[in-house]
Amino acid sequence: MKIAVCVKQVPDTWAEKKLRADDSTLDRESADGVMNELDEYAVEEALRIVEAGEGEVTIVTMGPERASETVRKALSMGADAGVHLVDDALHGSDALATSEALAKVLSGRGFDLILFGSESTDARMSVVPAMVAERLGVAQLTFAQKVTVSGGAITIERATDYGYDTVEAATPAVVSVVEKINEPRYPSFKGIMAAKKKPVETISVADAGIDQSVIGASAAWSAVVDFAVRLPKAAGTVVTDEGDGGVKIAEFLSAQKFI
Amino acid sequence: MSEVLVLVEQLDGQVRKVTLELLAAAAVLGTPAAVWVGAELNEDAASALASHGAAIIYVADDAELSQYSVAPKAEVLAHLVAQKSPSAVLIASNAEGKEVAGRLAVKVNSGVITDAVELAADGTATQSVFGGSTIVHSKVSHGTPIITVRPNAVAPVESAGAGVRESVSVSLSAGAKLAKVTGRTVAQKGGRPELAEASIVVSGGRGVGAAEGFGVIEALADSLHGAVGASRAATDAGWYPHQFQVGQTGKTVSPQLYVANGISGAIQHRAGMQTSKTIVVVNKDPEAPIFELADFGVVGDLFAVVPQLTEEITKRSS
Ligand SMILES: Cc1cc2nc3c(=O)[nH]c(=O)nc-3n(C[C@H](O)[C@H](O)[C@H](O)COP(=O)(O)OP(=O)(O)OC[C@H]3O[C@@H](n4cnc5c(N)ncnc54)[C@H](O)[C@@H]3O)c2cc1C
Ligand SMILES: Nc1ncnc2c1ncn2[C@@H]1O[C@H](COP(=O)(O)O)[C@@H](O)[C@H]1O
Repeated sequence: MKIAVCVKQVPDTWAEKKLRADDSTLDRESADGVMNELDEYAVEEALRIVEAGEGEVTIVTMGPERASETVRKALSMGADAGVHLVDDALHGSDALATSEALAKVLSGRGFDLILFGSESTDARMSVVPAMVAERLGVAQLTFAQKVTVSGGAITIERATDYGYDTVEAATPAVVSVVEKINEPRYPSFKGIMAAKKKPVETISVADAGIDQSVIGASAAWSAVVDFAVRLPKAAGTVVTDEGDGGVKIAEFLSAQKFI
Repeated sequence: MSEVLVLVEQLDGQVRKVTLELLAAAAVLGTPAAVWVGAELNEDAASALASHGAAIIYVADDAELSQYSVAPKAEVLAHLVAQKSPSAVLIASNAEGKEVAGRLAVKVNSGVITDAVELAADGTATQSVFGGSTIVHSKVSHGTPIITVRPNAVAPVESAGAGVRESVSVSLSAGAKLAKVTGRTVAQKGGRPELAEASIVVSGGRGVGAAEGFGVIEALADSLHGAVGASRAATDAGWYPHQFQVGQTGKTVSPQLYVANGISGAIQHRAGMQTSKTIVVVNKDPEAPIFELADFGVVGDLFAVVPQLTEEITKRSS
């Protein structure tokens, strides 16, 4: 089984995020880059599928130079190889452009499964996996809380508001995972050493055969008109419980017409 | 005025509140036209749509449609976009809604904006990002704007629409039938409102201490007819089911009232609740960062404060 895992480098969620004043894109330099947390679960799931059977895991990322750290991290967890799409022309790409670029990189490589996290913690759109499935014309099995692979058949439990749906498809398929699916492993020292020798292919937009006119900020299908940092909320009232804390809240809720 | 398509969200044939909100948002942009995809359209649903402004109800109710996940909805909408040239398509901003929007955007080669909290007549969408710390205005610059709108962001408006039904027959492509839904498992639900849609949310965190501790949180939620939420510390510990997690990697909620109990207010939790209109906090640590967001806060033990509050609410509302 040939598995690809799409991982994204994002600003550390503990860092304060802001938009750049010049082009309204996310200021990526001002915060440390880490692997999108949900993508760690996707890497873990890919490794488990391969460990339970056989196969190979390739990490695919699109992002600036330093996103290669994120590829290395996935390799040190145990993935076999990496593909890093890096090109200045990609700066400012939105979800449509990102999905187009990823689809171009992924197609023709014979992957049976393409795993994703279900959401990037910076863009928070949760649309790239569905868009890639649409572009590649393969089955979409997303928001998986459980994945079962048996031969060419793949079954997932799709997490929903009310519980879950069981969804089935034949490979090739796009799968995105939610965080309760597993517990991602930490890279071992041996894994970190081994990762240094694993192959990472660095490719440009031209190498991947991506049409320049559909990517980057200039091609964006939507544009930020303006943005503003919201003023912090005025401080509210805080009281210490002296045996009547619950009553005090009830009085507040009543004044606000909630009760 | 041109049509604005609104994809109907339904649960067991019942129209969900978010759809009525979307119809109100659509009325700002043009003529609201509801798009029903799935099981047979029932009278209650049709009248709920019409009484909230739907001038037209497109009905795609082939039995086949509900057997597959996500893709058929995008296909029906793409077909309508081509036929009716609407000025926009509005979809609820939840997991499936965003996926439908994404696939539709690829199909009709149009821009997509997710998580809008407000729409202006010219199609400019307001988004609240980075946990509410930044307000962004954006606009689709290419094709038919496809916009997903957050539940609870726009108030539903009662307004008589003609509700003229038009059936849509779409023969699904092979590509829309690749992922087959073979089972549906409904977890215990207990009659509480759906978390993302609820106008009142009562949440518990690590301070609740154990699964049993959620009893006091549930009792308070029930006294307010609200939904129950949890921090990740609580869901990770297995005290409360994962689908109730609020935050960066859980649900984003924006209720009228959010009551945070035993939650410290880590940045990732705030990302999912910061835009709540009114925030009440109960925490025994006066230094907990969640107090920065509080309209009203009590420094105290939640096991003393919360039951007293529940009792007081019950007393006052009876
Ligand atoms: C990438 C990433 C994504 C994340 N996503 C989310 C997310 O979606 N949602 C989320 O919630 N978190 C998320 N987290 C985790 C987040 O960082 C915090 O760890 C988590 O929110 C803490 O939960 P808590 O506030 O319940 O627990 P704690 O931080 O441990 O706080 C517990 C609070 O309870 C108070 N307390 C204890 N006992 C009592 C009592 N008897 N009465 C009153 N108060 C009491 C304490 O004073 C304390 O303030 C994420 C983390 C990462 C790294
Ligand atoms: N630049 C990227 N490179 C690789 N994978 C990506 C990229 N952007 C998004 N993804 C994948 O798509 C998922 C959903 O992202 P999003 O739709 O942006 O919330 C992520 O969890 C990643 O698996």
